[in-house]
Amino acid sequence: MTDSSTMLSTVQAIAAALKDKPGALLPILHGVQDALGYIPSDSVPVIAKALNLSRAEVHGVISFYHYFRETPPGKQTIHLCRAESCQSMGSKQLEGHVKAKLGIDYHETTADGAFSLEPVYCLGNCACSPALQIGADIYGRVSPELFDELIANTEAAA
Amino acid sequence: MSKTIYVPCDSSAVSLGADRVAKAIQAEAEKRGIDIQLIRNGSRGMFWLEPLVEVATDKGRIAYGPVQTADVASLFDADFTNGGDHALSLGLTEEFDYLKKQQRLTFARIGITDPVSLDDYLANDGYRGLDNALAMSPADVVKHVTDSGLRGRGGAAFPTGIKWNTVLNTPSEQKYIICNADEGDSGTFSDRMVMEGDPFVLIEGMTIAGLAVGATQAYIYLRVEYPHALVALNAAIDKATAAGYLGDNILGSGKAFHLEVRLGAGAYICGEETSLMESLEGKRGLVRFKPPLPAISGLFGKPTVVNNVISLASVPIILDKGGEYYRDFGMGRSRGTLPIQLAGNIKHGGLVELAFGLTLRELLYDFGGGSATGRPIKAVQVGGPLGAYLPESQFDTPLDYEAFAANWTVLGHGGVVVFDDTADLAAMARYSMEFCALESCGKCTPCRIGSTRGMELMDDIIEGRDLDKNVPLLRSLCDTLLNGSLCALGGMTPYPVLSALNHFPQDFGIDHQADIA
Ligand SMILES: Cc1cc2nc3c(=O)[nH]c(=O)nc-3n(C[C@H](O)[C@H](O)[C@H](O)COP(=O)(O)O)c2cc1C
Ligand code: SF4
Ligand code: FES
Repeated sequence: MTDSSTMLSTVQAIAAALKDKPGALLPILHGVQDALGYIPSDSVPVIAKALNLSRAEVHGVISFYHYFRETPPGKQTIHLCRAESCQSMGSKQLEGHVKAKLGIDYHETTADGAFSLEPVYCLGNCACSPALQIGADIYGRVSPELFDELIANTEAAA
Repeated sequence: MSKTIYVPCDSSAVSLGADRVAKAIQAEAEKRGIDIQLIRNGSRGMFWLEPLVEVATDKGRIAYGPVQTADVASLFDADFTNGGDHALSLGLTEEFDYLKKQQRLTFARIGITDPVSLDDYLANDGYRGLDNALAMSPADVVKHVTDSGLRGRGGAAFPTGIKWNTVLNTPSEQKYIICNADEGDSGTFSDRMVMEGDPFVLIEGMTIAGLAVGATQAYIYLRVEYPHALVALNAAIDKATAAGYLGDNILGSGKAFHLEVRLGAGAYICGEETSLMESLEGKRGLVRFKPPLPAISGLFGKPTVVNNVISLASVPIILDKGGEYYRDFGMGRSRGTLPIQLAGNIKHGGLVELAFGLTLRELLYDFGGGSATGRPIKAVQVGGPLGAYLPESQFDTPLDYEAFAANWTVLGHGGVVVFDDTADLAAMARYSMEFCALESCGKCTPCRIGSTRGMELMDDIIEGRDLDKNVPLLRSLCDTLLNGSLCALGGMTPYPVLSALNHFPQDFGIDHQADIA
């Protein structure tokens, strides 16, 4: 992956480009996570300096928001919806299947680094529950069989 | 002559394969040498039929669905580009009962037009509200909104005109408009459908809001879970800017209005308006004490209008046709229409925009067709994760803010989540506590600590431990949450929990009503 100095220059470039926006911290954190897949702890001092904040403040914001992550994700992140509408259509069973199939729990990454699993609370796809997202792609009415197919296709494409 | 084919770009349609179907249709048309124009429209909101493909014919648009890639070759064999008959034929889209029975004001264009075509928008009554607003005084614009009776569709149902009037009358060199597009409630997707299916109507509504109160800068706070909406909004903003509908001098009026989309980061609490403003300012989303009201001291301490997507997207038609036109729909103090979202275990899930007043039962059976599984409907959660569960005996409640409040239930953002008789309402009550614990901003103790305690209590109750002690404890904890929370996350988590307990005591291991006192 990226070595530490290119990582830092990426972060610096993102922070420099966005720091003058009002309320720039979230846009910068999104920029960093989009570019690197996560927000490395080494990037915190760079971001803090650009915005004239303390490291603790930046860290506090990162940790407040579920979406920001401080560890590298797998190649694909699966966001599985846990909210009520999906529960009404069997998302609990799907969740059990997904965890068993991947051999991981929420907030974990498979040993081969292929998939990370994260819970999500509604994807706005509640008329087609249960729903999940693999990378940027959204799926509805996901049965365990369909999930296996999607995973097989993702792995084949990798 | 080229044939026009529509395949929705709505993310629910995409989740069922619409992108693949669109590609397959394009490829098959090329292979057969048929000249087609493929338009990615928004969704009509009939999700059991998605991907719903339509073809423009002399008689009107003819629909086919649900279409999968494997059906595409046979559709061409059946000459569907000329409306030919096929096993998936559904007839004229306009003749569908589900659509004909609706009153689509806010959703008038959605599913019909190309969402990011400004020409389509203008050809279908777009920007007529702004034209009128530009010719009026700010106070008159606000008056139309007040007269319309529009109440905020984000949950709290506060009169929009009153909010705008406060901002109008608070002098400041800088004011802001914020569109709350955090749509975190389970069972809701109307905001998403507007942003993906008709982004210009939101942009127009926000521009009118800016003119009305004297704000020149606006933000759409969009949840990160909506990447398709982000693309559509940014495309529409670029086009509106290029055509002079946004920028330093809107349509030569000398008035400025700038609009930027900002992304949330997966925190439900940031849908609460003061938490949202903290987040926009680049901070943790801690809820603020009120007063001061955001209308007086909001974003960066300036007077700020915060409105839901649907509230703002309803403004253009109000300014186009007048406040009275809108007010003539609805019942009691609930004026206009509500875009209802039918979700969960329902056969015909989708979007139903109607004047207030229909009963839940009509919605569930006449529109929804009963449960998806074909089993009896046991409970319905209306109004998102902080909304109560309604049992069958309450299905005759009309959709009206006051009628719902009288039942200790809420309409909220109009999400309706259906559960069949296999649902376990004690498990749902536990989930409500868990959700509150996960999403609590941590500012007040009842919510921060009480939700975790509530989860533990629910575990005990589900295990059947000491019910005579634990059920009263759960009630008293709910009391503390109701009375001791700063915002509705802690303050309304008792709605789903207590409604589940009161209406479905057997799920909590309680046999007799008497035991639940
Ligand atoms: C926990 C919580 C979450 C909320 N989430 C949303 C939301 O996702 N979208 C929304 O428009 N309003 C949400 N609200 C309501 C807002 O605080 C606010 O009332 C609304 O944005 C005002 O706009 P309106 O008057 O147009 O409804 C939420 C409130 C609370 C307490
Ligand atoms: S009730 Fe919960 S979410 Fe609301 S302010 Fe208090 S701690 Fe924060
Ligand atoms: S509840 Fe799962 S997509 Fe909305």
